[in-house]
Amino acid sequence: MISASDLDVRFGSNHAVRGVSFDVAEGETFGLVGESGSGKSTVLRAIAGLITEWTGRISVDGRALGRKRDRAFFRTVQMVFQDPYGSLHPRQTVDRILSEPLVVHGVPDAEARIARALEEVALPRTARFRYPHQLSGGQRQRVAIARALVADPRVLLLDEPTSALDVSVQAEVLNLLADLRAARGLTCILVSHNLAVVAHLCGRLAVMQGGRIVEVMDEAALRAGRAVHPHTQDLIRLSHELEGT
Amino acid sequence: MTRTVLPGEPLVAVRNLHVDFPSATGVTQAVRGVSFAIGREKLGIVGESGSGKSVTGRALMRLLPGSARVRADALRFGTTDILHASEAEMRALRGGRIGLILQDPKYSLNPVMTAGAQIAEALRAHTKLGRREAREAALNLLESVKIRDPRRVHDAYPHELSGGMGQRVMIAMMLAPNPELLIADEPTSALDASVQAEILSLIEEQVDSRGMALMLISHDLPLVSRFCDRVAVMYAGQVMEELPAADLHRATHGYTRGLLECLPSLEERRERLPTLRRDPSWLAPRA
Repeated sequence: MISASDLDVRFGSNHAVRGVSFDVAEGETFGLVGESGSGKSTVLRAIAGLITEWTGRISVDGRALGRKRDRAFFRTVQMVFQDPYGSLHPRQTVDRILSEPLVVHGVPDAEARIARALEEVALPRTARFRYPHQLSGGQRQRVAIARALVADPRVLLLDEPTSALDVSVQAEVLNLLADLRAARGLTCILVSHNLAVVAHLCGRLAVMQGGRIVEVMDEAALRAGRAVHPHTQDLIRLSHELEGT
Repeated sequence: MTRTVLPGEPLVAVRNLHVDFPSATGVTQAVRGVSFAIGREKLGIVGESGSGKSVTGRALMRLLPGSARVRADALRFGTTDILHASEAEMRALRGGRIGLILQDPKYSLNPVMTAGAQIAEALRAHTKLGRREAREAALNLLESVKIRDPRRVHDAYPHELSGGMGQRVMIAMMLAPNPELLIADEPTSALDASVQAEILSLIEEQVDSRGMALMLISHDLPLVSRFCDRVAVMYAGQVMEELPAADLHRATHGYTRGLLECLPSLEERRERLPTLRRDPSWLAPRA
């Protein structure tokens, strides 16, 4: 479904992503982990078309992508960001936020779709005519997820979707993402620095360091601690330490 | 206020602290009857956003907005009665005897002053050091917070430093006047997991070697329990449970258990995460 090969991103003299290649099958959730500055979010943003200065090949659903993306691309691929406060328009109501993708893509039946999207992310009907500042952090992230899903994409790019949330809210959002993924057969890429979150949602993951993928492993290997690269071993040890086990 | 601290008496005593925020739509009770004491030890205060944990920390430094109404049976630091202390007395406490480390060094450091100048300023505000001595001391402090190249960081502006480095500068600045209590309010939430552990170990090491007390405020229960002696769990402005950090896995309160159980784990696979079911009885005023 998603394929990247020899992806390179440079910001001036900063070589942020160096020859990254991976494939994500349809319906799969692929994790990208690493410390800040490892290039994991940059990879995601290059796929989403938010960064135009990249070289290499990216394809989604069998179509090679260029620098500029057309409308059909954004119908297929949507993204959820870390901070729901920064990614929602502060002066638009939830209703307006959710109707925008529908207007852009000329999707009919907006009324019913918005109502269904709110229901899917378990937001109360009263939330529809509120502004982002009137919602809690968890509710705002639900709105961001509803906005991503309202026009029926097939690929969801998730950039640290729960790291700004309380652990209790994180559990709710992770369950919600798992449910939506199963119900809609979504293909996802999840960027996170939290190995436990990645293990929870992803079947396979890549570990990044200094702009390169140093290791690709599956969930079972991650949980069992069967890592080959020393950086992965460090991350796993640290995660166990912070988990208190 | 002039009473001396008896030996064995805690450094900080908080009894029945209430903080209210009146607004146009009614009164928000942020803290409702919190009591605790801190000796020369590390106390963790854990809770979700809105639980009142940060407000409790700020009340200790009298750093709440003017609209806040604070009352308590006792709110004492050393021999100072914080509720009735003069502004001059509070200035001696803030940054002098009590250091405060906040979440994001990007916002807590002055963007137009070099790191070294800020540390020197903190030193000169609370001690009688001259300019040159303050510079020397600032360099030593930068070295003590394990910055490899103290001279470069000394002359760097905050935007030239990484998050972890900025937090080290913040810690150096707070350690400068040799405080008795360090309040760290989510000191690592803006940082990477690996840097998180380094910064907390650094705080732990400095607190231990200087014999300071630490109040670590965080939403991360496992993390806090690793670095503290005792943990107080707050919910809706009240302390639900206070227990030794080592006994966290034996916590009895439903809220503490719920917080622990809803974490995804690297150890075991779970199809669904248990979500926290909030029991209305947790909101009832506690004795």
